[in-house]
Amino acid sequence: MIESPEGSASVGELVLSLRGISKNFGAVSALTDIDFDVHAGEVVALVGDNGAGKSTLVKILAGVHQPSSGTINFRGRPVTLPDPRAALTLGIATVFQDLALCENLNVVANIFLGNELSPLRLDEVAMEMRAWTLLNELSARIPSVREAVASLSGGQRQTVAIARSLLLEPKLILLDEPTAALGVAQTAEVLNLIDRVRARGLGVVMISHNMEDVRAVADRIVVLRLGRNNGVFEPDASNQDLVSAITGASNNAVSRRVERLRMERDHSAQAGEPRP
Amino acid sequence: MTEQGNSTPLALDRADARVKHEAGLSGAVQTFLNRVRSGDLGSLPVIVGLVVIWTVFTSLNPVFVSSSNLVNLLFDCSTVGVIALGIVCVLVVGEIDLSVGSISGFASALVGTLWVNQGWPVALAILAALAFGALIGSLYALLFNRLGMPSFVSTLAGLLAVLGMQLYILGSTGSINLPYGSALVDFGQLMVMPKWVSYTLAVIPGLAMLITGIRSVARRRAANLSTPSVAGLVLRVATITIGLELIVAYLNQSRGIPWMFGLFVGLVVAMNYALTRTKWGRSMTAVGGNREAARRAGIKVRAIYLSAFALCSLFAALGGVLAAARLASASQQAGTGDVNLNAIAAAVIGGTSLFGGRGSAYSALLGIIVIQSIASGLTLLDLSSSLRYMITGAVLAIAVIVDSLARRSRASHGRA
Repeated sequence: MIESPEGSASVGELVLSLRGISKNFGAVSALTDIDFDVHAGEVVALVGDNGAGKSTLVKILAGVHQPSSGTINFRGRPVTLPDPRAALTLGIATVFQDLALCENLNVVANIFLGNELSPLRLDEVAMEMRAWTLLNELSARIPSVREAVASLSGGQRQTVAIARSLLLEPKLILLDEPTAALGVAQTAEVLNLIDRVRARGLGVVMISHNMEDVRAVADRIVVLRLGRNNGVFEPDASNQDLVSAITGASNNAVSRRVERLRMERDHSAQAGEPRP
Repeated sequence: MTEQGNSTPLALDRADARVKHEAGLSGAVQTFLNRVRSGDLGSLPVIVGLVVIWTVFTSLNPVFVSSSNLVNLLFDCSTVGVIALGIVCVLVVGEIDLSVGSISGFASALVGTLWVNQGWPVALAILAALAFGALIGSLYALLFNRLGMPSFVSTLAGLLAVLGMQLYILGSTGSINLPYGSALVDFGQLMVMPKWVSYTLAVIPGLAMLITGIRSVARRRAANLSTPSVAGLVLRVATITIGLELIVAYLNQSRGIPWMFGLFVGLVVAMNYALTRTKWGRSMTAVGGNREAARRAGIKVRAIYLSAFALCSLFAALGGVLAAARLASASQQAGTGDVNLNAIAAAVIGGTSLFGGRGSAYSALLGIIVIQSIASGLTLLDLSSSLRYMITGAVLAIAVIVDSLARRSRASHGRA
């Protein structure tokens, strides 16, 4: 475990810095005293069990929820995010877990929703061209951008949502379970995309339950447990460390299996040399 | 896209080999048939319904399709049609306004009182009525946005309250006659377009379609996007232009096209542009489809609701003023009875969904022609209003059934 929350992985400028963020829903404390940093050109994975507060944290950063207390610094300046528009204007783009697409609108309309070109005389041709460029960058397989989103599959919708987040050239992208609905090839594409986004110097926050995906792209892994910070890990940290940080228990089925495997390995390593 | 680049370069949106794309004129026809088959009916049911209704009434009484009766029909369409246009606005965002009848009645009473009794200039009286309408709508939006009051309830309350205000300002006299010979009453009863104006206006839609269509094809080609069939476009333009000219020629055998109907169609075209070609219209559809998604996309959802409710009441007030002009009076009966439901039924029959996110300004035009055709046909048959109510109710039910079945079919074919 790395001791300082800033970590050694800092690549560039500190894009986002949260200090002491708490969020209460009535009597429930969804988040308590969270510290969280993202640098430019860095992928931070946010992991934790169900109910750990990952989605709540993302929604605060997206301007959907307001924190009960704490400060948000974005690119060195303290900011407030009273509504989603404010977050988008600052350069924080979000791909929500439920994607937040309008099923009755077509793909182009969804990608440009709220940011249409020439508001009084919509420039459909320019928007369609830009949409195709974005989708092709993502190697997306969308049959037609003039079909309503209702006719797309889950993976296609996911791609549309990611394409939309890239439209405004954000500084920070929040991805809430970006690969949950995707197939093998599409997952690889999204992970590639995350790499490309990082290479462009953007900060990326990614929520995932899939440790393989997390290890594949993350520079740092931040663990939340029951709404509190519960450690910051390097991507090469052992599964056992991660699992115990996520679940808060060092003794459960997953950790026992890992322990057993390690013991067997050690055992065979000690006694195994003469083995055929 | 790259591997196929050796042959003809593929358009940007035709790179996916798994998707069938129809090309050319036959392609345009095929696409249309596929759309209809999967439940994306558009205006087809209402046009079919209209043909049936007209055939039935003509066979019962040939006067129905006489040009003089149709001109009267257009006069009658315009008043409730404008109100239905407002209903389209609130239905698109997934809300409802049940008080449009009362608002139209109050607007006509206000014009009568201010203009005839108080001696205001007529233009100022109309402006006051329109401003009042917009104010009522803003109040509904305030109740909806700030207090979370469902529009169903707030406008039901408004229905009674505004009706009360109408009765109050009309006082004991009960009705105010608007002076014959005044510009407003002439507009509502007599004024028709000169023949050359109506023939010219009938060319404009086709011309506009042709110009925008060709310009869009050129721009899409320049942008390396697939282009729709030009032959199909020309065919559509020719059909529409010839059809409109024939209709105008037929109506010109009698009095001609009422200016009031011209105003209504102008408003419909303007609203259609606003709903389909502006950011505001896109936001309206988005809010009606998925309110939370629209909010997260940065749309000011409350402002959208405000604009929808205010526009609806504004159109209702305008419809009321036109109705007063049509009847040359402002009475206690104005806006009561079936005005409310006719306006809502027109929007729904025309194809605007009751559940939000789907609708077109043209549905007000088509729907009100259906409703007024029934009313006019039954009047010609000398049937009482009791039968008229029952038949209009049945037609509304059929329209909603068609909408529901089409929605189910769209869902099973993977369309919104």
